[in-house]
Amino acid sequence: MDNEKPLPTPSRPPKAVVLLSGGLDSTLAVRMLKEQGVEVHAVNFNTGFCLTDHARKVRKTDDLKKLRNEALRAGADLQVEVEIVDISKEYLDILTRPKHGYGSAANPCIDCRIFMLQKAREIMTEIGADFVATGEVLGQRPMSQMRPILDLIERESGLKGKLLRPLSAQCLPPTEPEMTGLIDRTRLGGIRGRTRTGQMALAAEFKIEDFPQPAGGCCFLTDENYAKKFHDFMAHWDGERELSLEDFLILKVGRHFRLSPRVRAIVGRMEGENKFLSYFAAGHWLLTTPDVPGPTTWVDGEPDAAELAKLAEITVRYSDCPADASTRVFAHRDGEERELTAIAGMSLRELDGYRIQ
Amino acid sequence: MRAPDVPPARTLDAIGLFCPVPIIKTAAAMKEMAVGEVLLVRADDRGVLVDLPAWCKMARHELLGMAEDGDVITAYVRKAHA
Repeated sequence: MDNEKPLPTPSRPPKAVVLLSGGLDSTLAVRMLKEQGVEVHAVNFNTGFCLTDHARKVRKTDDLKKLRNEALRAGADLQVEVEIVDISKEYLDILTRPKHGYGSAANPCIDCRIFMLQKAREIMTEIGADFVATGEVLGQRPMSQMRPILDLIERESGLKGKLLRPLSAQCLPPTEPEMTGLIDRTRLGGIRGRTRTGQMALAAEFKIEDFPQPAGGCCFLTDENYAKKFHDFMAHWDGERELSLEDFLILKVGRHFRLSPRVRAIVGRMEGENKFLSYFAAGHWLLTTPDVPGPTTWVDGEPDAAELAKLAEITVRYSDCPADASTRVFAHRDGEERELTAIAGMSLRELDGYRIQ
Repeated sequence: MRAPDVPPARTLDAIGLFCPVPIIKTAAAMKEMAVGEVLLVRADDRGVLVDLPAWCKMARHELLGMAEDGDVITAYVRKAHA
């Protein structure tokens, strides 16, 4: 755009819906727009798959900084109001049936972006905003931020021409707010690629010092270990039972074992996980070792007597029961109780044979 | 923490809810309240200890006080503007 060309003066400040995670990129996007006098309506989508939120559920920590919602913190720092939108229920459809498939883990990043931007478009219409903006950086992420994918996301979200990526705007075709003069394109960024140099320079310029490190987001669907459990679960889902967020949250904790196509178990690794597993007791066997400190084992499916005995062995394997000694294992399910005895002797080889990995 | 001079017009029971749900519910409750009214929030997710002050600062409402007693967090928020 020609630097000398006078920009039209809008009759009111431009208004934008900005997706704000609280990470550096989206924080910079908000800041760049505010510099141009844009009225920012920030939105943060709660998918239910945020690591920070998960940490709250299973761990006790005195470091409150680890528990903070970064979008709220960023909103407070940037002096913009953040609307937190709960999409956790609708998001399950995206997660289990992604039209554009998964990334390297269980992350349906393309469908996720399209879905969030469709929601942002609805909010844009509802509040009378002029456009939507994100902190996306061209070429920064292998799946969702390559040029053809950015174009696809813009198209399928119904935001053609109305989706501004301030950090990379000068590397992308001009959008409507730039072409109509609501936004001065020359003051937007030309950042591309995986290096964070451009962002760090902007952060220094804007004196933004408090942002989560390392970058990369808080979505645990990108975790490779989580993905192994996720894909095992999906491979054994009958396709009929209605899924809930809890089906996927429980995959984040413990050690996972599969005894057969219809029986799997999760063994807690710490007190918080044992407690977390016990929240999901309804309809499931829970195994514990009453005489020695040990884990809680949560069982999904209908184990036969031999499988229940094997699960007791696995539970004892992770208890404080001395090697080759035996101890009692209590199995509870909805008021039904069984007492078993198991020896702490399962070999690592056998154990690994059951492990979901 | 002293209770506010104005008795709470409304109580939000967020016990058992994890952030950001208590914050979403706080924001929704405040929308329905009148300026000057006080919302009492009860929660047991410790994330509330950081998220509620951040939300109040961001949304420009007044956090009158917050206290943690055992597992329960109690907070008073006054609606500062329409």
